[in-house]
Amino acid sequence: MGQTLSEKVWERHVVHRTDDEPDLLYVDLHLVHEVTSPQAFEGLRLAGRRVRRPDLTLATMDHNVPTAGLHLGITDPISRRQCEALESNCKEFGVPLYAMGHADQGIVHVIGPQLGLTQPGTIIVCGDSHTATHGAFGAIAFGIGTSEVEHVLATQTLPQTKPGTMAVTVDGPLPVGVTAKDVILAIIARIGTGGGIGKIIEYRGSVFRGLSMEGRMTVCNMSIEGGARAGLIAPDDTTFAYLEGRRHAPKGAEWERALDDWRSLTTDPDATFDDDVVIDGTTLSPHVSWGTNPAQTLPIDASIPDPDTIADPGAADSARRALQYMGLRAGTPIRDITVDTVFVGSCTNGRIEDLRAVAEVLRGRRVHEGVRMLVVPGSMAVKAQAEAEGLDAVISGAGAEWREAGCSMCLAMNPDKLAPGERSASTSNRNFEGRQGPGGRTHLVSPGVAAATAVTGHLAAPADL
Amino acid sequence: MLAVQRVQGTAVPLDRSDVDTDQIIPAEWLKRIERTGFGAGLFSAWRQDPAFVLNQPRYSGASILVAGPNFGTGSSREHAAWALQDYGFEVVISSRIADIFRNNCTKIGVLPVVLAHDVVDRLMRAIEDDPALEIVVDVQERTVWVGALDLSEPFPLDDFTQYRFLNGLDDIGLSERHAAAIAAYEAARPSYLPTTTPV
Ligand code: SF4
Repeated sequence: MGQTLSEKVWERHVVHRTDDEPDLLYVDLHLVHEVTSPQAFEGLRLAGRRVRRPDLTLATMDHNVPTAGLHLGITDPISRRQCEALESNCKEFGVPLYAMGHADQGIVHVIGPQLGLTQPGTIIVCGDSHTATHGAFGAIAFGIGTSEVEHVLATQTLPQTKPGTMAVTVDGPLPVGVTAKDVILAIIARIGTGGGIGKIIEYRGSVFRGLSMEGRMTVCNMSIEGGARAGLIAPDDTTFAYLEGRRHAPKGAEWERALDDWRSLTTDPDATFDDDVVIDGTTLSPHVSWGTNPAQTLPIDASIPDPDTIADPGAADSARRALQYMGLRAGTPIRDITVDTVFVGSCTNGRIEDLRAVAEVLRGRRVHEGVRMLVVPGSMAVKAQAEAEGLDAVISGAGAEWREAGCSMCLAMNPDKLAPGERSASTSNRNFEGRQGPGGRTHLVSPGVAAATAVTGHLAAPADL
Repeated sequence: MLAVQRVQGTAVPLDRSDVDTDQIIPAEWLKRIERTGFGAGLFSAWRQDPAFVLNQPRYSGASILVAGPNFGTGSSREHAAWALQDYGFEVVISSRIADIFRNNCTKIGVLPVVLAHDVVDRLMRAIEDDPALEIVVDVQERTVWVGALDLSEPFPLDDFTQYRFLNGLDDIGLSERHAAAIAAYEAARPSYLPTTTPV
């Protein structure tokens, strides 16, 4: 019987296998950031261990960094201590680091692809659950905890139990105005936050083939929101065109050898998946989350659901609690919800294409009075490119704040936060209670919806303008 | 990690589904560079509410957390597992536990126990009725016993993880046994694969 793409990638990384232990996998690329690594480096030090392959390890600062007033440095002493710890750990262990202020600094999942380090058929890990982003290139990429970070640093391997497989097929064409973010929100609404637990999702079908690499990254990024270990998309000419010429991509004869290999990375026609989900892409519309987990999501044309009409008692209960936290009433049309803040950025939607989509909506328009809009590029390179294209002028001209690169209000570890009770439309990936600041209320949206919402002051799609 | 062979104690019922790691340990706690002291941050937003289960004296001293389905969804922060352990929990029981969180628990010696939905529900009700209800979780037998309920339920735990729990084994040391295989694998990796050293 044939193999799925994820099985093929998995098999080529097995260093050691026995019946009664998890597979020992080799890791091609280990990305490190300041939040989940200090205790891992400390563990190495205590045990007298070294980093086995600093040349397969890359560190950056993203979660804690301020996105304004960089020349002031990090003013929060605890955040600063964490970044300083990363700096001294990288120095001590010889790990390359793109620190705050460096031209290549940025959100860890934005810089890997941008530097050409994220390549098809590889295994990529990082102490961050959105590592799934890199699956857009046909890699198995997944988040790990700090003990596992230490394990990879020490051995460049990781013991892992082989996950199951799940196919999510979406065929199109997508209606005008429906983006990668809407597709993944619709998928999560369908499979639920636990739908992918223990599995690697392969996204298949014409919709994903038609997406740019940026769009594919948006989709794979949120695989974890459906509970999946990872998500991936078979590499194709779009993938190769994106990679060619990037700093760490193979060159010359090596590029040809790599291409030969990458073209073999597809699911065999006779392979089967443990789970098969099919969604009709032609019926999708812009999606908005209304609750406190990413599966509590609906088309923008819908109204807030009535928990009393939800059959499953657990789901009804969770909806009730969500409405209370979100300060929403059943039956309210989603478009009637007004927001205080709009956040564009994160590893889900902080890439150049996302900023272009936002600028396109904002061009010639103004951010609604009383609405604060933050636009945070995913990396310094994205920022530089956007500025070269003049997007920053359009964005600040409309009254939004143009910021430096980082995670920012995606998880509010830096000064960018919602105040208690404040409501945001956000292009990030999690609407958990307090995610964007204690008591803050988050609606997950696409960049286009974010921009249209900023203009009207209430949740809106670009087509509404 | 410390060996865990058998946990005998009382439990706290956390009757909510989809409890994410941002709730277990909010982001402001992630700035620490130490590995200890996270118990104070466990469910810190919810603990502001005096009625929250962890604030109820009748559940004090519990070593087992019984939670609704999809416990531990969200981020990869191992800090969530550290917080539970630091607070005093040795076992988490739920009908569904998120992957990364589950992995993190097994690395530090917090035992993730998945039981059928109706069993977890029954346990939850029984604990609410009697906070002193004694629960025994046996790693060797991979079974949960509650004498008062006449309940004996097996739970899944792969042999390798069970072996590590029983012996308190450090994962890194176990993998280092395969140093020769790792070196051989490295020697055979294609040359076009990237390195991170600046070019
Ligand atoms: S942008 Fe948000 S989700 Fe992405 S790595 Fe940063 S904090 Fe995590």
